[in-house]
Amino acid sequence: MACIEAHGLRKAFGTTIALDGVELRVEEGRILGLIGPNGAGKTTALNAILGLTPYQGELRVLGRDPWDERDQLMRDVCFIADVAVLPRWLRVSQALEYLAGVHPRFDRAKAEGFLAKTSIKQTSKVRELSKGMVTQLHLALVMAIDARLLVLDEPTLGLDILYRKQFYDSLLNDYFDRTRTIVVTTHQVEEVQHVLTDLMFINRGRIVLDCSMEEFESRYVEVTVHPEQVAAARALKPIHERQVLGRSVLLFDRVGRQQLAALGEVRTPGIADLFVAVMGNHAGSAQGVAR
Amino acid sequence: MNTQSNAMGESSLESQGIAPAALSATRPMYWSVRRELWENRSIYLAPLAFAGVFLFGFLISTIHLPGKMRTLSTLDPAQQANAVMMPYFFAAGIMMAAQIIVGVFYSLDALHGERRDRSILFWKSLPVSDLTTVFSKAIIPIVILPLLAFALTVALQLIMLVVSSTVLLASGVGVATWWTQLTLFPLWLMLFYHLVAGHGLWHAPIYAWLLLVAGWARRLAFLWAVLPVLAVCVLEKLVFNSAHFGSLLGYRLRGPEVFDFPMKGEVPMHALMHGDPGKFLSTPGLWLGLVVAGAFLVAAARLRRYRGPI
Repeated sequence: MACIEAHGLRKAFGTTIALDGVELRVEEGRILGLIGPNGAGKTTALNAILGLTPYQGELRVLGRDPWDERDQLMRDVCFIADVAVLPRWLRVSQALEYLAGVHPRFDRAKAEGFLAKTSIKQTSKVRELSKGMVTQLHLALVMAIDARLLVLDEPTLGLDILYRKQFYDSLLNDYFDRTRTIVVTTHQVEEVQHVLTDLMFINRGRIVLDCSMEEFESRYVEVTVHPEQVAAARALKPIHERQVLGRSVLLFDRVGRQQLAALGEVRTPGIADLFVAVMGNHAGSAQGVAR
Repeated sequence: MNTQSNAMGESSLESQGIAPAALSATRPMYWSVRRELWENRSIYLAPLAFAGVFLFGFLISTIHLPGKMRTLSTLDPAQQANAVMMPYFFAAGIMMAAQIIVGVFYSLDALHGERRDRSILFWKSLPVSDLTTVFSKAIIPIVILPLLAFALTVALQLIMLVVSSTVLLASGVGVATWWTQLTLFPLWLMLFYHLVAGHGLWHAPIYAWLLLVAGWARRLAFLWAVLPVLAVCVLEKLVFNSAHFGSLLGYRLRGPEVFDFPMKGEVPMHALMHGDPGKFLSTPGLWLGLVVAGAFLVAAARLRRYRGPI
């Protein structure tokens, strides 16, 4: 069974179409990065998956209809939304107590173990914690839930590099076990590149790229072309061209690596570079582009 | 491996029979109510503050108590009883006022605050249904606050009793007359009934309405709750030159006569005994009110599904 399956998923806010017939299938045990410019429909898609917004079309998450069965679905699904949403009055000890009370799959000892590795005190209130610590707290709570799907919407927004690095490290080391599924959206694509197993680009409410990371690495090649080879390289129909320090960097899709090696220095592109190329080709003004 | 362990977890739950199902129904409710008490400490702090201020005033007034006692013997028994009981009625009144004020403000914030501070996204990430959440919030003004008001009133009156007795004994005035006129136990029975039935169940649709409107309004929840109601009254007056809606509202706010509470002190003591639970339970207004309250709460729960941060 697929973890998430969507067919013709549509959602409109008045005349604005947020999701325009999204086709989506996420198998269990994957770490999917859902990347898109601001307003592309990322959060709307996640909200539909989490049962936070009604939609048209077909959507099953872990075999359930999220809109009608949110509370049951949330036994198996966790999410961390775009900004810290832990209530500011909540004490750390109260958060642990409450979760242990309402969540059948929450392991309090595990959460306390994660918290012991941080400088968060159980007597602290959320409002007394720094932004990074609040995210650590939320992650500790979520990782102590034996869920099958974890949804992260911009989980590291506004955090410094240390916290961001630590966030993904603990997610991979302490949580991911190849049976759980993780869906993450972020603008900091470089940081998740080595974390993901699957990559999806979304633009204007449509999925414009859907591939596994193995496929990504074999399909896309970026070449810093020798100046004298530029014309030859262009003849191979790159999907994108940019100038870096006066040299042309061309991005190719499904062109042999050996063939390209003759033209210049070959490497696997960053997700951000592919993102710019794909978004540019889709005639969408790629605002808020990943850096 | 994970699916295996999940399946095992579920089957072990099933083997335990019905208990887990009952458990899973009441546990989220219990913890949600506790959660409300954690978040809204004013639920008990505000009535405590009211009680503290009242007690302070009462302590000062005990200076006049021995003098009052001496003139008491010149009055007839009914007036004596009123004079003695007056401060205790007053204490009950103060606690009722606190309960109503806190209840109204709480209801206007409960489903609004979680959207304002975006924490609704966190609460919705947990396996607690919207209906459980809304009902746990409705329990506070409809059940918890009246019970709390009762407990605080009893505590307050006991402190007053001890203080008055001490003052009277210390000043050499006998406490005999005073004690015979002090009938706290019937007062407590009456108060309990009045608070639970009247301030809780009878007013339930009012709190449910406030919760619903606050869950819907983006801002100015109080105005949205009150102005449409006033507008209906005014329109009815203009169009039909009648005031049925207004009198309906008045009836809801005031309550049926069966639990009129003698607040003014001059009401004779026997009025206290008027409270008739049987009569109250057979008032159709009670059941209609509860049905309306239930409908408002279900609507608020349906609405909360669509609601995100403001």
